[in-house]
Amino acid sequence: MKVVVGQGSCGIATGAKKTAAEFERLIAEKNLDVKVDVTGCVGTCYLEPIVDIYDDNGEMTRYVKVKPEKVEAIVESHLVNHNKYEEQAITAEDEQFVAKQQRVVLRNCGVINPENIEEYIEVGGYKAIEKVLTSMTADEVIEEIKISGLRGRGGAGFPTWFKWDAAKNNKGKEKYLVCNADEGDPGAFMDRSVLEGDPHSLIEGMIIAGYAMGAGEGIIYCRAEYPLAIKRLEIAMAQAREKGYLGKNIFGSGFDFEMRIKAGAGAFVCGEETALIASLEGERGMPRLKPPFPAAKGYWQQPTNINNVETLANVPWIIYNGGAAFGAMGTQQSKGTKVFALAGKIKKGGLVEVPMGLTLRDVIFGIGGGIKNDKKFKAVQMGGPSGGCIPAELIDTPVTYEDINKTGAIVGSGGMIVMDEDTCMVDMARYFLNFTRDESCGKCNYCRIGTKRMLEILERITRGEGKDGDIELLEELAMKIKDGSLCGLGQTAPNPVLTTIKYFRNEYEDHIYNKKCTAKSCKALIRFDITDKCIGCTLCSKKCPVGAITGAVKGQHAIDQEKCIRCGRCLETCKFGAIEKN
Amino acid sequence: MKNNLCNCNCTSDRKEQFKDLQPVLDQYAHVPGSLITILQKAQDIYGYLSVDCINHISEVTGIKPAKIYGVATFYAQFRLQPVGKHLIMLCQGTACHVNGSEIIEEAISDFLNIKDGETTEDGLFTLNNVACLGCCSLAPVMMIRSSEGDETYGNLTKDSVKQILADIQKREKGV
Repeated sequence: MKVVVGQGSCGIATGAKKTAAEFERLIAEKNLDVKVDVTGCVGTCYLEPIVDIYDDNGEMTRYVKVKPEKVEAIVESHLVNHNKYEEQAITAEDEQFVAKQQRVVLRNCGVINPENIEEYIEVGGYKAIEKVLTSMTADEVIEEIKISGLRGRGGAGFPTWFKWDAAKNNKGKEKYLVCNADEGDPGAFMDRSVLEGDPHSLIEGMIIAGYAMGAGEGIIYCRAEYPLAIKRLEIAMAQAREKGYLGKNIFGSGFDFEMRIKAGAGAFVCGEETALIASLEGERGMPRLKPPFPAAKGYWQQPTNINNVETLANVPWIIYNGGAAFGAMGTQQSKGTKVFALAGKIKKGGLVEVPMGLTLRDVIFGIGGGIKNDKKFKAVQMGGPSGGCIPAELIDTPVTYEDINKTGAIVGSGGMIVMDEDTCMVDMARYFLNFTRDESCGKCNYCRIGTKRMLEILERITRGEGKDGDIELLEELAMKIKDGSLCGLGQTAPNPVLTTIKYFRNEYEDHIYNKKCTAKSCKALIRFDITDKCIGCTLCSKKCPVGAITGAVKGQHAIDQEKCIRCGRCLETCKFGAIEKN
Repeated sequence: MKNNLCNCNCTSDRKEQFKDLQPVLDQYAHVPGSLITILQKAQDIYGYLSVDCINHISEVTGIKPAKIYGVATFYAQFRLQPVGKHLIMLCQGTACHVNGSEIIEEAISDFLNIKDGETTEDGLFTLNNVACLGCCSLAPVMMIRSSEGDETYGNLTKDSVKQILADIQKREKGV
């Protein structure tokens, strides 16, 4: 018997380590013959901590939301008396969250122990690299990737085979393969999950890519904010080296490949290829003009190919199962599956891997269960700071590179932030502009100063000081920033503003002309009032931090609007629903 | 205590002052492209990058202090000021923003009387807003880093965040 506790960063954040420790303590105390093991994140983040118990016949029972204090009952019922403990077991409805998905990249996440290479090998791991090195030429590998139709999963969606081929055909003293694991999009965590849950699939993918393009060294550029990912990668690399999958003369083929990790230092712009290379060289991460493309002149001026984590994690599956099997999923132009990070105002947040071409409705309502607290769905933000907001009326848009582009957003790396009626779209645009303004490297004037000016206008609007002409000014600046910036960061920075103006112009107009925040979220534009439901319990006046609420005991209270700082504490406190937000 | 806060070339003092960094410098000083790695390890050891530390790295590697300063200020990870014993990294990712990270920031600021980037007078806490921590389904989220390691807290509310901080305060003052 085996107890497996999901311990990705998200699981650990909900106390999975304490849960695992509690299992160990009780198993030792009761002297049971049960092993406690670790796995990565299965993707149902809203159910963490998750515990899988494997019986001797291989049957698995999943328990969810297993806080340490719930462990004893499970141990007693399942481990001692061999009865499923229904109270904590996953419901049939929640099982659908994973059952409705089609998992390629996440195939092993939450299944195997990421710190044990044997478990990866058991599920067919390192079979693809064996096949490649013993029976395929570099051209055949690239052809297989071409057949699969795999496109870059980091955001741009560029055909992967084309990049490999370019790097292969460029001559250099050395060639480098770089994995971009600097997942900087706020609201995206697909790569973290793969790095933490299945690091060997990335390593295997990199060895295959290295072989195809003739690179001798692979570098993983990983975010410093992901300490657990770095730790698990290091363990995995050491194990792969020991087994002979990394190093000299792999599988006796004469092919040598080494890998190392370089921890990023926190700069969103380093997601751009040339900035990432500058950062690898120890410089400020500032992009440069292309061409020459990294495939010709990259790291230390040598041919360099850069792929995203998810792209590379697809590779072993494609080689093992054939490019055609991968290409059979998805649509004509957007093949295969894609992982999305579902978060925001969603009932069931987590990682979702589905074939491309499903609609947004399928993902948000079909798998994600719809909106938290059954509020009204307003928009979904895709593509992070480079993307845009897709409004509720476009919910039947298929999720493919082409269809999402048409809306003004992008698929990007796969972040899907769901918003409900309480989210102010002007504030959302302000949030993203604040992010890009902060992360602009400062090289191009339009990006450096333009984003700052746009942010100032948006801040003014959310403060209720918007004026006639602001929307047009924002649109004009947006086009200039797009034209006047060298790299993707500046070229796409205005997208969140442009898409919100396109679909939610009425909200901008409400802020500017009616001094009203449609979503009742911008503090400067809301007020709290006490209605006649008030029974005079005086609780709110006691809680008010600025003493703005007055009234006699058992008499209706009132709020002094001059003093009120709109913190909303009275609204939270009132038990009689007597406080209104207007 | 030796007076080693000057900016002159008294390298012997600095070598003594930064002896813990020496193994790192031995390994990386002459490997091209290693500046960020050196700065990361220096910050791991000393908690921040002091002017003295930057000058010392400059002397050993031959990279100009201005350039080191340029790199250190470019990346969000590097700090030029010491931080408190517990570094609160409050996630400001999109999911956290949508789920009210601003309210959490207010609650922390209220409770500890510090703003983003500041350290409490007793040196126990520093508050830093950070870009996404990647635990979006548990938004709003914060990570607290101390000598005991990193601890992540999810599904924060005004009250839970105060409770977490109060518990740390109690633990620290009890010891």
